[in-house]
Amino acid sequence: MSLCHFYPSLVIKFFRVCVCVCVELKMAASSERSPPPFPDSEEPELLEDSDEGADAFTGTSISEMDSPSPDSTRPPKDIFNEPPEDIFSDPLSNINSEPQKKVDAKIPSPSSDEAVDLFSDPLDDDSEVMSSPEVQNPMPDLLNEPVEAPKSDVLGEPPVHRDAARQQDVFEDPPKSSSKSSSVKKAASSEMFGDDDDDEDLFKEPPKVVTKKPQPSGPPVDVFTEVKSDVKVKPQVKDDPTDLFAEEALTAPAPKPSAGSSSSRTNGVHSEEQDLFSEATVELSLDSPRNDRKNKDAVKPSVSAPAAPVASSSSKAPSKTLKELEEEESEDKFDLNISITNPEKVGDGMNAYMAYKVSTQTSLTMFRSKTFTVRRRFSDFLGLFEKLSEKHSQNGYLIPPPPEKSILGMTKVKVGKEDPSSAEFVERRRAALERYLQRVVSHPSLLQDPDVREFLEKEELPRAVSTQALSGAGFLKMLNKATDAVSKMTIKMNEQDVWFDEKIQDVENEEQHLRKLHVMVESLVNHRKELSGNTAVFAKSVAMLGSSEDNTALSRALSQLAEVEDRIEQLHQEQASNDFFTFSELLADYIRLLGAVRGCFDQRMKAWQRWQDAENMLQKKREAEAKLLWANKPDKLQQAKDEITEWEAKVTQYEREFERISATVRKEVIRFDKEKARDFNRQVIKYLESLLHSQQQLIKYWDAFLPEAKAIV
Amino acid sequence: MMSNLDINFFFEDFRLNAYILNVDLQTDATLQVDISDALSERDKVKFTVHTKSTLPNFKQNEFSVVRQHEEFIWLHDSFVENEEYAGYIIPPSPPRPDFDASREKLQKLGEGEGSMTKEEFTKMKQELEAEYLAIFKKTVAMHEVFLCRVAAHPVLRKDLNFHVFLEYNQDLSVRGKNKKEKLEDFFKNVVKSADGVLVAGVKDVDDFFEHEKTFLLEYHNRVKDSSAKSDRMIRSHKSAADDINRIASTLYTLGTQDSTDLCKFFLKVSELFEKTRKIEARVAADEDLKLADLLKYYLRESQAAKDLLYRRGRALVDYENANKALDKARAKNKDVLQAETTQQVCCQKFEKISESAKQELIDFKTRRVAAFRKNLVELAELELKHAKGNLQLLQSCLGVLKGDT
Repeated sequence: MSLCHFYPSLVIKFFRVCVCVCVELKMAASSERSPPPFPDSEEPELLEDSDEGADAFTGTSISEMDSPSPDSTRPPKDIFNEPPEDIFSDPLSNINSEPQKKVDAKIPSPSSDEAVDLFSDPLDDDSEVMSSPEVQNPMPDLLNEPVEAPKSDVLGEPPVHRDAARQQDVFEDPPKSSSKSSSVKKAASSEMFGDDDDDEDLFKEPPKVVTKKPQPSGPPVDVFTEVKSDVKVKPQVKDDPTDLFAEEALTAPAPKPSAGSSSSRTNGVHSEEQDLFSEATVELSLDSPRNDRKNKDAVKPSVSAPAAPVASSSSKAPSKTLKELEEEESEDKFDLNISITNPEKVGDGMNAYMAYKVSTQTSLTMFRSKTFTVRRRFSDFLGLFEKLSEKHSQNGYLIPPPPEKSILGMTKVKVGKEDPSSAEFVERRRAALERYLQRVVSHPSLLQDPDVREFLEKEELPRAVSTQALSGAGFLKMLNKATDAVSKMTIKMNEQDVWFDEKIQDVENEEQHLRKLHVMVESLVNHRKELSGNTAVFAKSVAMLGSSEDNTALSRALSQLAEVEDRIEQLHQEQASNDFFTFSELLADYIRLLGAVRGCFDQRMKAWQRWQDAENMLQKKREAEAKLLWANKPDKLQQAKDEITEWEAKVTQYEREFERISATVRKEVIRFDKEKARDFNRQVIKYLESLLHSQQQLIKYWDAFLPEAKAIV
Repeated sequence: MMSNLDINFFFEDFRLNAYILNVDLQTDATLQVDISDALSERDKVKFTVHTKSTLPNFKQNEFSVVRQHEEFIWLHDSFVENEEYAGYIIPPSPPRPDFDASREKLQKLGEGEGSMTKEEFTKMKQELEAEYLAIFKKTVAMHEVFLCRVAAHPVLRKDLNFHVFLEYNQDLSVRGKNKKEKLEDFFKNVVKSADGVLVAGVKDVDDFFEHEKTFLLEYHNRVKDSSAKSDRMIRSHKSAADDINRIASTLYTLGTQDSTDLCKFFLKVSELFEKTRKIEARVAADEDLKLADLLKYYLRESQAAKDLLYRRGRALVDYENANKALDKARAKNKDVLQAETTQQVCCQKFEKISESAKQELIDFKTRRVAAFRKNLVELAELELKHAKGNLQLLQSCLGVLKGDT
């Protein structure tokens, strides 16, 4: 929540980023539509640019990709595999690994001015830092050893000048123009800025183009090469203070790398792209409303574009702003109404179990009919949870935890006939299961899960195994949990994200307090029950006293008092169950849920750990390569290089996974917080209403008693 | 440890309520006794007994003395031991002030001061002080009731010891009973209760007394039961109120964690709970005062009435024995005169007791009905007041909370 305070500039920057994304996409679109015109005029320069390791934007690569060459799988590989080799061979052959390390250390400083500002969102920041080793490699070349890299000097500067010049000429608005100037397609881009509707039409196309891309390992390299080229341009500009245009253009390239990288990510991996954007959306809308208008304009098109290809499958919510998201969620609620009724004992003896009727009422089209009912037993609910957490928890989703298994309670139900405590147990469990299911279906992503649908719809469900508390599987689970706990303790994550840092702390504190509160409410429930029991006993005693009293009026009044106390006893009992069901159970639920939230944080930490491990591995491989270079063993060098590429890919993959999981967790936690606020609000109000009702009844009872007391003569 | 100052501070509050607590007794203007002040010291309570009288045997019209609990007991015992008063219901002695429990708690609180937050400490302290105050008020009220009963009694009010108790402005230098005396008392009680069973088994010639006897035996047992049950009920009510209090403070800490809407919500609910728990605690305290204390008082009073019946029964048995002895003596024609005098004495004693006892028992009933009426009406009114207060709180809080959403 407080995040927005830290990033006032983020919104504006983000606006630019989005614009750039638009531009990039537009470019791709136009490139597909009209391939012939642009290569002639500007392409040569840009291609020259790409000689250096990459090209300034995806446009070129896409257009190349797009070109219907017969060996469409080959050229991309060339393009994307070559540059990194260049990068690495260049500095490494000239300089040994020592300077490279220095460069690594320097990483944040040169680019931080723009890039860090831009990516104030630490997730992106991470990626920037991550990618920088490669990105920055050529830079020192340019800055410190211009002689060794004459090519880049020569080739790097002119485009900037030209860009800047063009930009001055054609456009008045620097940020817009700059972003456009780099994209070169004037006609297309101006059209884009002019007309929003048009945009969306256009945007639908580029992703399609992109999906055709037949290279899964390509994107990481793509990202780096692009970013590198962009970043490289920047220092040059800085070096040249005389160039006024370049100064002005300084802001322009800055957003571009991000645009380039993010758009390239769009091209590479679609599903995660969405998360990234949605997260941005959430954050933006958290900001002060004055930027809202702007943001919406800026964000919407950019988001709708990448979302388009995926829209049919998973979540629809992320592509909306927060408000819309909220609306949609509440709509969801109305759309799907689940109730659990009729708990029924099936079977006899220790094999008996309780079956619950799960009735669903919905207008969602994904279900076969509007209302349907199935019978489920408790272990089915647990099974559902197992399935969901297996599938989704590593993605950082918050899976609502089901109520705990209670051997004692269930045994009582199995053995006992019609015991009030076992009836209470069943009712408690029924209510808990109902709330559990409602939480599952109110989760936009989980609702889409086929297992959830199956659970709600399918007549017969395969018997859920491994949910038994005392089975071998249960033991294995416990073992897993134990090892998890140990590894959790050993992982020391230095948290760069303030938001997560605070949130983790908050969640822990909150859980602690809720636990305390829960204990107290439980004790209130017990005391209230005790009070109810004692009132009943007292009522009986007063009735006896009344019967032995020989003053008729007093005797009558005493028996009336006994009656009043009897009713009050009922009232206390009702209140005790209200205490329990509306208040205590709510707290118990949220203690469990906070546990699940912590689980999400753990998943994120694991992802981070994986990434860091890969990073370390990569570092080792590089050192090994450097050693090989020293030893001059070219035969093994190739293998080492291959390994480095492989690990680079892994690092990128893990990093991206971490980013994705961070984004998801953050989104989930925000959603959870909102839901929590709503739940607490609703339940506590309900609870207070029950208290209100109690007091009203009390007034009624005592009001009736007062004349009796006064009638004593 | 709580200082005396604190208690005196509470006493200001008590002064306001002293007259409200007083069980209604028809005192006339010739002798009015009340406890105008009380001071709680480390192990004793000093009551300032204030008397206003137009009776000629007092030197002044208005005066005050300081008395302790032991002196009250002495006065009571002197009534009981006086044969003259055998035919009267002796007002039950006030219960011993028992601050030990809350004192102990206060001490613990003082020791644990470092381990809790300032708010928690203040809250706990207030709670304990309130508890202490409640016991204090009750003690004072009980002592006052005893004096008022004596002052209102047509015979006992003329008792010399009572006058000394009221007027003598020095320490009466009564001492607590020593071990030997206590042991004697214990044996006396055993003998008395064994005798009581024997005496109770004797069929009474008088229907009124026969009826009273059966009634009182049953009534005493039931009132004892009710009193114990009401105590338990009130205790659990108090624990529930304490729970609400703790819930309120936990909600408060939850609410101060952050500044989100939910936290504000928690703060509001905490505020509400804080208020409702006060009311809930008052409900428990008032039930204690109006119901439990009433029952407890009548437990003791019915015991006193039973004692009266015992004394009468004893006198009756003595009288019958004397009659038998007289018959025997007449048959043997030996010691007839002595037997006759004994018989005469017993007869007189029995008749005197019977005469006053009848009136006393009728008075007892009137008093009982009046006291029950007063207390039950007050109880109902207070319950209504509190429930309405609670209702209003809940309504306004719900209004605010719903308005928020």
